[in-house]
Amino acid sequence: MRDRYLPLLATIAVFAALYIAGGMFYPRIFSSLVFGHLLADNAFIIIAAIGVTFVIISGGIDLSIGSMIGFVGVAMASLIQAGWDPVLVLVLVLVFGLLYGAFQGFIIDFCDIQPFIATLSGLFLLRGACFMVNLNSTPIRSPFVSWFNNIYVDLPGGGFLTGGALVMLFMLALAIVIAHYTRFGTNVYAMGGDRPSAILMGMPMRRTTVMIYALAGFYSAVAGVIYAMNTSSGYPLAGNTLELSAIAASVLGGTMLTGGVGLVVGALFGGMILALISTIIIFNGSLNGAWIMIATGFLLFAFIVIQRWIVSSFSSAAKAD
Amino acid sequence: MKNLKLVAAVVAGAMMLASTSAMAVTIGFSQVGDEGDWRPAFSKDMQDSAVEYGIDLKFADAQGKQEEQLRAVRAFIAQGVDAIIIAPVVVTGWDQVLQEAKKASIPVFLADRDVEVEDNSLYVTRISADFNLEGKLAAAWLAAESKGSCKVVELQGTVGSAAAIERQKGFQAVLDQFPAMEIVRSQSGDFTTEGGKQVMEAFIKATNNLEGICASFAHNDNMQLGAIQAMKEAGLNPGTDVLMVSVDYVPAMIKALEAGEANASVELRSAIGKFIYPVVLDYLEAPKDLPKWIVIPGDLHTAK
Repeated sequence: MRDRYLPLLATIAVFAALYIAGGMFYPRIFSSLVFGHLLADNAFIIIAAIGVTFVIISGGIDLSIGSMIGFVGVAMASLIQAGWDPVLVLVLVLVFGLLYGAFQGFIIDFCDIQPFIATLSGLFLLRGACFMVNLNSTPIRSPFVSWFNNIYVDLPGGGFLTGGALVMLFMLALAIVIAHYTRFGTNVYAMGGDRPSAILMGMPMRRTTVMIYALAGFYSAVAGVIYAMNTSSGYPLAGNTLELSAIAASVLGGTMLTGGVGLVVGALFGGMILALISTIIIFNGSLNGAWIMIATGFLLFAFIVIQRWIVSSFSSAAKAD
Repeated sequence: MKNLKLVAAVVAGAMMLASTSAMAVTIGFSQVGDEGDWRPAFSKDMQDSAVEYGIDLKFADAQGKQEEQLRAVRAFIAQGVDAIIIAPVVVTGWDQVLQEAKKASIPVFLADRDVEVEDNSLYVTRISADFNLEGKLAAAWLAAESKGSCKVVELQGTVGSAAAIERQKGFQAVLDQFPAMEIVRSQSGDFTTEGGKQVMEAFIKATNNLEGICASFAHNDNMQLGAIQAMKEAGLNPGTDVLMVSVDYVPAMIKALEAGEANASVELRSAIGKFIYPVVLDYLEAPKDLPKWIVIPGDLHTAK
């Protein structure tokens, strides 16, 4: 049990340290306005990271996230511009995300293909589809989108939570329930932790795999919707390389790429760490944008090493028993 | 009594300090990224000339991502900067964040590219070069040089890019005034030297060594430099046999102009801080309605 929470505690400690250090240099970082921004600006990355956390815990990977975000936005913009009802469009793109994810999961299990390759083809397919639909950025003008963009829940101290941040927190709560209070959640951990045993115990591998990728596809689609709503537009290049940020957020959140270990709530903190790094560098205002990537890369390295160390100390302790 | 005086002096001193630090204007500048040659030069000039104007510049490089730009603008708002300058990565998606800036009473200025917003009052003005005017200027020079009679081959920029579309339109608009001037061939060279070379090689083949062609118009210098290379390889004399006119005025083009291999280039300035900052500072001093677009002039440079 202790082993399970250690990486998460490390993540929260890093977040707190960054937050406090940043706030010491730039006191405004402590304002509730910036806190609200941290939740809002990275809401879509965190949502995508929650989805991919399930996949990574099961021992797989999903590279189609960024392209799915781009495609969902472009599809929404085109359909709404063509006069379709925005709510219907919303339901349609979410169902599409779910079905496309399920399709990827089916291919992975049925053809016994590496998830890396199966979802890499998704990355190209969906990005190509974006360019097919539209080459330019298209504005989304609709009362529904304006309504969503005007949701502001005030925080004490002048800050606010946006609609996107609220959806993100809801999706997080939903994911925690799925991961820890359903049989499916248990199966995800079992599949990534010890696959041969899971098969021997008669776990429905195909159904579980399909459901995992369907869930990830759905979360990517939700992330795409939030991105499109935030920018009120569909842009075929939106979400480019974002799958890597989502995976980074998940890993920073304590999820292990080897599978079986991780908590969905870690994705929230992982995503917030990424947002905080950018924010501090922007607040500084004289550092090159390259530092955002360098800092992220450095943290990722540190995390992988820490995780390795935790795992090896745990397994050597188990051996000693 | 003496103590009181001392306190008063300290308070007055502190107030003066506070007022001088409040005098320094803080501006947040959200830049697209650092692609190509022009944009890094533009970024560097913005940073250098901020020092000259005594501006405390917060510079944020968005690495080509809109989400990073939105984050930067929100961070500027949270920091309470006096003004925000955005060089937008894409035209759409700015309504909400500009609304937030407006709510915080922070004026927003656009540099370079345009935005599409429902409410134009969300930004003060856009300060940038006029691609259309660049095309017109190139064509006007050509008309004067060729006495209004010229068959032109055109090397277009990336299909669909604003620079390519507007330079083409401006060039064509002036050509339309001269019945004996026309574009006989036109193809995209993607703004690259390699692309320009390939397109010119195709033109040379298709027109029997550019027979009857009097000029080559390229949407940027890089393509024109490629075209010059292709013509030299085919044994032609660029700049003498054919008039060479393009846009950008990059260092390599300056050399080509000196060598007589090119004839004219319209300058796309990267040192535009001196055009942008005075507008922003004047506005902060006394807010007033400005035209929605302030054009930065681009000079035409010719071979000596």
